[in-house]
Amino acid sequence: MMSSNSANNLLDEALGFNDDGGGGGGGLLLLIEDRVETSGAFILHHLIKRRISSPNRPNDVVVFLSFAHPFSHYDRILRKMGCNLGVQKENKRFVYYDMLNLNYPEGEQGAEDLLLSVYGKIQKTVELCSSREGYKNSTIMIDDISLMEVALCGSSNLVLDFLHYCYSLATQFDCLVIILNHEDVYSTVDVPSPLLQMEYLANIVIKAEPLATGLATDVHGQLTVLNKGICQGSGCSKSKIRNFHFRVKENCVEYFYPGSRT
Amino acid sequence: MAAEAISRALRDGALEGEHAPALTIKDSIHAPLGAFVFDHILAQLSSNISSSKSQAQGIVLVAFARSPQFCAELLKSKANDAASLKKWLRIVDCYTDPLGWKIQLAESGIVSNRSTQNATTASLCKNVRDLDMLFSSIVELGKEVIRETKGRFAVAIDSVSEILRHASISSAASLLSNLRSHDQVACLFWLFHSDLHEMKASSALEYISSMVACVEPISNTANGKGMNSENLPLIEQNLGRGEFSVRFKRRNGRIRLMSEELHTEQMGINFVPAFEDHVTSQSLVPKVQFNLQLSEKERNDRAKVVLPFEHQGDGKPIQIYDGRRSVSESKTENKETNAEKMHVNEDSGRGEIIYIRDSDDEMPDSDEDPDDDLDI
Repeated sequence: MMSSNSANNLLDEALGFNDDGGGGGGGLLLLIEDRVETSGAFILHHLIKRRISSPNRPNDVVVFLSFAHPFSHYDRILRKMGCNLGVQKENKRFVYYDMLNLNYPEGEQGAEDLLLSVYGKIQKTVELCSSREGYKNSTIMIDDISLMEVALCGSSNLVLDFLHYCYSLATQFDCLVIILNHEDVYSTVDVPSPLLQMEYLANIVIKAEPLATGLATDVHGQLTVLNKGICQGSGCSKSKIRNFHFRVKENCVEYFYPGSRT
Repeated sequence: MAAEAISRALRDGALEGEHAPALTIKDSIHAPLGAFVFDHILAQLSSNISSSKSQAQGIVLVAFARSPQFCAELLKSKANDAASLKKWLRIVDCYTDPLGWKIQLAESGIVSNRSTQNATTASLCKNVRDLDMLFSSIVELGKEVIRETKGRFAVAIDSVSEILRHASISSAASLLSNLRSHDQVACLFWLFHSDLHEMKASSALEYISSMVACVEPISNTANGKGMNSENLPLIEQNLGRGEFSVRFKRRNGRIRLMSEELHTEQMGINFVPAFEDHVTSQSLVPKVQFNLQLSEKERNDRAKVVLPFEHQGDGKPIQIYDGRRSVSESKTENKETNAEKMHVNEDSGRGEIIYIRDSDDEMPDSDEDPDDDLDI
């Protein structure tokens, strides 16, 4: 049986992550798309734990922009998974930015200035961290994009600008950018859809969906991981799609292929 | 074929008194292979430039979606002469700092001013909303790369979608058309994602281009509806290959369509001739009052027509016409043709082709130059 506590599960395999918690090279954007019936937040928690609790990377840092929940929420969940966020926060390995309680100014220019200052903080953190010895890669997480859009008075263009800057920072300092977004909030919007823009930008897309047959007690939903592969000067790795089911348990998540459970 | 024809047109560049040839490459999320096509065409053009076979003497690459370092690495890996890269390549870097945030932060002392401009070929664009400035920096770099001679340079823009996110369609179109009509531009091409924009944006871009290359999914994934476990193999297939169709617009207004299949491979992409696809050919035929298409019955009848020599080899002696015929043969032939005719009358479903050429003076029924595509 595979669980999220084991070194590698189906999700990590599909993401191409190796044993010490690192990603397959830097400069990646990972997009998690979920639905109201199937929350994808557990993937985010899993990735926080993976990136933070690896003993091989004591100098890597997770920058977390939260629009959705207060710090205590993540702290409580991660503690159950065996990871103390409070301590990591004090060690400056988990840098938490509470975006809920910022004063959002009116108008486009004000919002841009605010994002600029947030980006400045992220860049400063990442630069500082990258200058340390043994640096491998940092992680920038945003939970979640649709609430960020709400906070910025619906300007998806500004969100995309911000993502572009995070991504360019990621290519420069070998970071992994992880964002969570909701698929169904865009379902009525005609093209051009900001979600589509993010899918173009992303290297890995994880979709969390309910089962086509509805909810079941043993299976809570399915994940589809689309890994576009990495292109480097000399060549490209092939893109892959994986699909598997998951079951969220009290302190871990089980991943398994359809039909492999009795 | 189609990809080669594009490369040739871009290599040959602008004709005297005409605008430069322009290529639009478009793709969609279901077959997101446009970037591969862009890289392929860029690599072809750059190898033509470095061996000075093309009209253009240099390339100005406008990088929006990928870092200039990435682009330079890509060209280095594909070029046979990596050392000459600096001679003919200039990059306008709209990727690193498109809105000038990094400069602002560095000026206010929040972050250290660690410049990313390690590539000497790149010049930083700090405000992509100002397309006039972008135009002048492209032209300036182009003049630099051709060293003030009377030559011409090529322009490649790696994402017009990014331009359209910051500027209106009309200003983006005016940038492209200004570039196209600039008398030192040999050719230009750009990539954009058609499903990110309204229909009118893609039409506007296609109007100002002389070639449109479109990457489409080979297999239709259930009206593009989500990822179900049933159509996962199809989606995966579309990520690796697509249909590559190209529309060429000639100077006299004639349109030529070409289609190929595109496969991604370890080292870029590969084009293979596509099989005849009835669905696409049908949708391309305009709606007119007379028949341009065959009905199902007509198509069946056409399939039954025995082409000359096709009937041979099925039991009867094989006859190959060598321009003469022996007396004995002509006798039996007469009998046979009579019998054959009887047979034809009985079986009305079978057709035959009778073609009698009037004389040797007869010209092929086209005003087209038969050597039009000749690659010398």
